[in-house]
Amino acid sequence: MSGLLAAESATTFDVPANVTFAVLAVLMVVAAIRVVTTRNIVHAALWLVVVLGGNAVVYLLLQAEFVAMTQLLVYIGAIIVLFLFGIMLTRAPLGKASDLDNNQRWLGAAVGVLLLVVIGFSVTRTWGNDRLDFVAYELPAATAGAAVEVGGSGNGRTQALANSIFVDYLIPFEVVSVLLTGALIGAIVLARRD
Amino acid sequence: MSPVLLGLELAFWQSTVIRVIAGLVAVLLLTGGVVYLYLFKFVSFMQSRLGPMEAGPYGSLQLLAEVGKWLQKEDIHTEDSDRLIFGLAPAVVLSSTFLMFVVIPAGPDLVIANLGTGIYYVLAVSALSVLGILMAGWASANKYALMGALRAGGQLIAYELPMVLAVLGVVVMAGSLNLQDIVAAQANGEIFGISAIGNPYILTQFVAFAVFMIAVQAELTQTPFDMPIAESELVAGYQVEYSGIRFLVYFISEFATAVAFAAVASTLFLGGWALPTSWGLSNGVMNVLGPILVATKAVLLVGVVFWTRFSFPRFREDQLQRLAWKFLIPIALANILVTAVFKVAF
Repeated sequence: MSGLLAAESATTFDVPANVTFAVLAVLMVVAAIRVVTTRNIVHAALWLVVVLGGNAVVYLLLQAEFVAMTQLLVYIGAIIVLFLFGIMLTRAPLGKASDLDNNQRWLGAAVGVLLLVVIGFSVTRTWGNDRLDFVAYELPAATAGAAVEVGGSGNGRTQALANSIFVDYLIPFEVVSVLLTGALIGAIVLARRD
Repeated sequence: MSPVLLGLELAFWQSTVIRVIAGLVAVLLLTGGVVYLYLFKFVSFMQSRLGPMEAGPYGSLQLLAEVGKWLQKEDIHTEDSDRLIFGLAPAVVLSSTFLMFVVIPAGPDLVIANLGTGIYYVLAVSALSVLGILMAGWASANKYALMGALRAGGQLIAYELPMVLAVLGVVVMAGSLNLQDIVAAQANGEIFGISAIGNPYILTQFVAFAVFMIAVQAELTQTPFDMPIAESELVAGYQVEYSGIRFLVYFISEFATAVAFAAVASTLFLGGWALPTSWGLSNGVMNVLGPILVATKAVLLVGVVFWTRFSFPRFREDQLQRLAWKFLIPIALANILVTAVFKVAF
């Protein structure tokens, strides 16, 4: 995706995108806090939907359309649904539950701060003062003459992403795939001892 | 509809309002037409009866009467229900349905938003309806509703995979995720050098089409895949506690989703709004003809879905899961492989 980060270009300050991000950031932080403070486990999962959906919109603001759709399809459409499915299959109490808390708050806070430092450090080290060049999204205009020569919009970005995954970072991608398959098989082995 | 078509310069909000209203009218008209045509008449004729005949000429206003009835009913919920989630669930399901229509093109300029990731976006937003169904089942505080929601969750996740994999065959053929590009690829294409009818992918991707339509049947939870709302076991599944306007929302969403998936299938496999390029029609003509073409194809495909629905008995839960995981997914994967080999070889 490095093609999108035009380092030295005259970047305009995109007001709508920044306002949207600010509103979204507040919403996501509030929702994230509600995930851990709510007294109902199903509500926690549903607040997580708000956080992940906000994430998808952030990807859209960064003009990563394909990643945003993947976020919707994989995280909300599959992972949250699996969460809810698992919760409802085992126990799904309505109303407030009292046994959702535990004594690991400080440990959790420490891990959170550590993650923030690591991610913040790696992001600032990688991109530093680079700025994203916001390009207005344009619908392709209809072409006169040939009846059906339309479309072609935004394909370039998806292709750039495909090139990153399947050319530049092919080996890490395959390693992650093998790791996930291994985790899946391990889970089945652990779950089915018979 | 579009500035190009009318020769007008419209502000962004003006064109957006026009797009949304035109889209809503088109969707609701098509949905109502489908309900009258198939749910009221088609099934009645299959069962040797006339169907509704009183409201309007030949019963054509029956749907309005039904809507009026639902709007008058009391909005009931159970004592223990989670009121907020219970109310939000139909809205989630309905918005998932309406969002699907955003990228479906009806002509060279007639599309609400021509997204680069077109078909991928459709699959992503259609997956959101599972969330609404699980919310509904849980918040109803009713064990039948919860059972129905769990069945729906398992079923919709299982059939999403063959659907995505079937679409991949088309994407490989067209070389794009954008629905306008896929339409153009079919209109400009040729089969073994013959370009008279373009290359509608129902001919060259027939396996993908079959897998896609079976998966659509399951995603719509229509018989033979209607375990989530199986009336003899679960009363009405996740919809059991809903009445009045909230039930109406589920009803609209069920049939509008059928129209949406049929429109997607007709765009992916039947050439969408376009006629073969070799027929030489201009963009202006296609802007008028296109919506009629794509709507006709979509209504015909909804007919296939309902024909199946009224002809087959319900599967058992294990048969349903076996069909998805052991048959449809391997077939769809093999189809991708063969398509990719042909794409590289020719």
